[in-house]
Amino acid sequence: MSKIVKLKKGFDIKLVGKAEKQLTDFQQAETFAIKPTDFIGMQRPKVIVNEGDTVKAGTPILFDKKQEKVLYASPVSGQVVEIKRGERRKLLEVKIKADATFQSEQFKKFSDSDLKAIKREDAIEHMLAGGVWPQIIQRPFGVVANPEDDPKAIFISGFDTHPLAPDYGYMLKGSERYFQAGLDVLKRLTAGVVHLNLDETSEIPSIYSNVQGVQVNKFSGPHPAGNVGIQIHHLNPINKGEIAWTVNPYGVAQIGKLFLEGVYDASKIIAITGSKVKNRTYTKTYIGTCVDKFVLNNVDLSDDSHGLRDPKKYRVVSGNALTGERISPDGYLGFYDNQITVLPEGDYYEFMGWAKATSDKLSYHRALGLFSFLSPKKEFVLDTNARGEERAFVQTGIFESVTPMDIYPIYLLKAIMAEDYDEMEELGIYEVIEEDLALCEFVDVSKHPVQDIVRKGIELIQYS
Amino acid sequence: MKFLRDLLDKQKPLFQKGGKLENLYYLYEAGETFMFSPKHTTNPRGAQIKDAIDLKRMMITVVVAMIPCLLFGIWNTGHMHYLAVGEAADFGDKFLLGAILVLPIVLVAYTAGGIVEAVFAVVRKHPINEGFLVTGMLIPLIVPATIPLWQVALATVFAVVIAKEVFGGTGMNILNVAMTARAFLYFAYPMQISGDEVWIYLGDKMPVDGFSGATALNVAYLAGQEAQSVTAAFYSHNNVVTDNFLSFTNSFLGFIPGSIGETSTLMALIGAAILIVTGVASWKIIFSAFGGAYIMGLIMELLAVNTYMAMPAHYHLVIGGLAFGIVFMATDPVSASQTETGKWIYGSLIGILTVIIRVTNPAYPEGIMLAVLFMNVFAPLIDHYVLKANKKRRLQRATV
Repeated sequence: MSKIVKLKKGFDIKLVGKAEKQLTDFQQAETFAIKPTDFIGMQRPKVIVNEGDTVKAGTPILFDKKQEKVLYASPVSGQVVEIKRGERRKLLEVKIKADATFQSEQFKKFSDSDLKAIKREDAIEHMLAGGVWPQIIQRPFGVVANPEDDPKAIFISGFDTHPLAPDYGYMLKGSERYFQAGLDVLKRLTAGVVHLNLDETSEIPSIYSNVQGVQVNKFSGPHPAGNVGIQIHHLNPINKGEIAWTVNPYGVAQIGKLFLEGVYDASKIIAITGSKVKNRTYTKTYIGTCVDKFVLNNVDLSDDSHGLRDPKKYRVVSGNALTGERISPDGYLGFYDNQITVLPEGDYYEFMGWAKATSDKLSYHRALGLFSFLSPKKEFVLDTNARGEERAFVQTGIFESVTPMDIYPIYLLKAIMAEDYDEMEELGIYEVIEEDLALCEFVDVSKHPVQDIVRKGIELIQYS
Repeated sequence: MKFLRDLLDKQKPLFQKGGKLENLYYLYEAGETFMFSPKHTTNPRGAQIKDAIDLKRMMITVVVAMIPCLLFGIWNTGHMHYLAVGEAADFGDKFLLGAILVLPIVLVAYTAGGIVEAVFAVVRKHPINEGFLVTGMLIPLIVPATIPLWQVALATVFAVVIAKEVFGGTGMNILNVAMTARAFLYFAYPMQISGDEVWIYLGDKMPVDGFSGATALNVAYLAGQEAQSVTAAFYSHNNVVTDNFLSFTNSFLGFIPGSIGETSTLMALIGAAILIVTGVASWKIIFSAFGGAYIMGLIMELLAVNTYMAMPAHYHLVIGGLAFGIVFMATDPVSASQTETGKWIYGSLIGILTVIIRVTNPAYPEGIMLAVLFMNVFAPLIDHYVLKANKKRRLQRATV
């Protein structure tokens, strides 16, 4: 029984710098890294390899001592060149230098028909060993799923509505068989339904056109309609004590490939986006790639702001402009990210900036002098300036209007700030993770770090 | 610009940690961020880009929305004066006299409140709140032009301290700050803010024989006491000057005595249009408050126990400070209801209560002040029940 959900609330952030649908070959990166910090909720990462070890694609690199069964695998074959630690020996990165001969660990292969009859335990065991388990994220909390849990349903959002987000249909073209195999495996993992949620407003890409055995739902509306958390809220919301799992389409295909081909395939097509990028394009690489080859000769250093910004300063973001993470120009792509966004850095003073009339800066609001609402189709060049200082909450009703859920974000955030556990639970902390309230952070007049606050609340509840 | 920036950068170390004037950092910060929006960039994790809005811009939008009321109020202060003393004067004369009377009040309110803000910012180590830009303009607009300046200063200080700073500053207050200032004046110095004498500035001149400076609310109230038709009373009031002095049109346009900024419903509606188009104030509150007042007026008209109650309901919308209060005070997002459902309830109750207080309470001719303050107190309760319904939905979903 598929559902059609039309959402009204939300806001599409239209930026300059969408990737053209074409594949460009860049020189492949020399090093790749697994960063424990990408796996939110990982508490005590333990590295299994040593510097100098040779690994293959799929060789386990590390695990979390709190959840020893889940192995995190090397995306490429090569040599472990550095195990980077930060303060108090916190594990930051495990870097692997790729070799020329690409070798993979060999795992058991299954046929299409095997998959339909595979036992749940066997499937889980195979996924754990094959390194694809971290693709499965648990709600509540948005952490890597615990293989011992029994989720009430599995949700896959088939589209991404974040700013400049890549198109899954393009990324996964040709992986139809693996995607279906992945769905077949996921079906074995839950007694409930596997939901595949698609964009109602666009044509169904080939990757999804013939899927079987899952419930296909359609969503329409502005961002965050593509967020799986929003979709869960409208399909089968998470109550206290319940667990659901989510996987992104890339993860589904990766799982399918492990079962059909017996390899851990970390190759992925990513989008290189953002107004600072010269060649905005898709390219094929691997999970955890160093981004230097895509960025260094590909940044537009010309002035696009009439001298306001320093044109030589830019910020490389792993992920999108709303929920991503700043990395250095020779940093590494986040494990779950399918996109690099390069934005102008905004560390400049602006004379009377708060009073100036402008149609070049995007605003959800229409307060005095903010004219961006007059051109709803326009794509904007936005930089990383915070546009004001942090203040107490003053304006009301705005967060609700960009959050298509039956939730009161301001009250939830205040409950978190007050560390009021009961209130957090009652107001729906189990239903959100950072990305679901990321738009609130963007539109906030008082400039609160909304996503940090949400994570703080989740951690309070999770470890209470 | 470069010169200014260099100057600020040069002084900055003085105010930063370890500097000589470290304690005054927030004063420096207020000045600096007023002139230059800061160069802060977004956090490494999370939203990498931010909306162009900030609190300064939002607050200045409200101040701009009040400018029509201020300008009209200045003119009307002069206009009323010359009308009362029976002298002819042109636009310039009226505006000049009004400006001489009104601008000092504005100046005093901003200065007194600004000093309190600054002291608290320094002592409590928090940034100076932009909310004061609005409060400092609101207070002059809701007092009569004849008010002694020291009372303005005292009321502003009282309101900023007691209604705002003790709760932790802008965003934390329960009551609307400007309305608290007015309530303070009303109860502490009623002689200067109520009755028939205070609304029109006379100077050392005598009013025309038979001219009364009573507001429409007073006239209506008296008519009710004397079982005389209110509209007839409005018609004959001050007929030494002109017929139909308190006509609906005059009241709507604002050619009537009253507090400086509140007489003109039209100007308040222009302000409302600005606030609604810019999305700064909630249209739900404005709409439901006017609706509540009108419906309550209709109910009163139906009951019609005395002639005041029988006054046509639409008069309620244009006399007194209802329009100004609804547009600029009831919509204060901090003290209003903060849930969307709550805003409907909150707004309509303000309208309803205003009319009830006006018509049935012998002590207070104007109801909007008390209605707003009363509902400010009740707003958290309304929100509590709206949230409770939300929590209940969540709970029911879990148990089904």
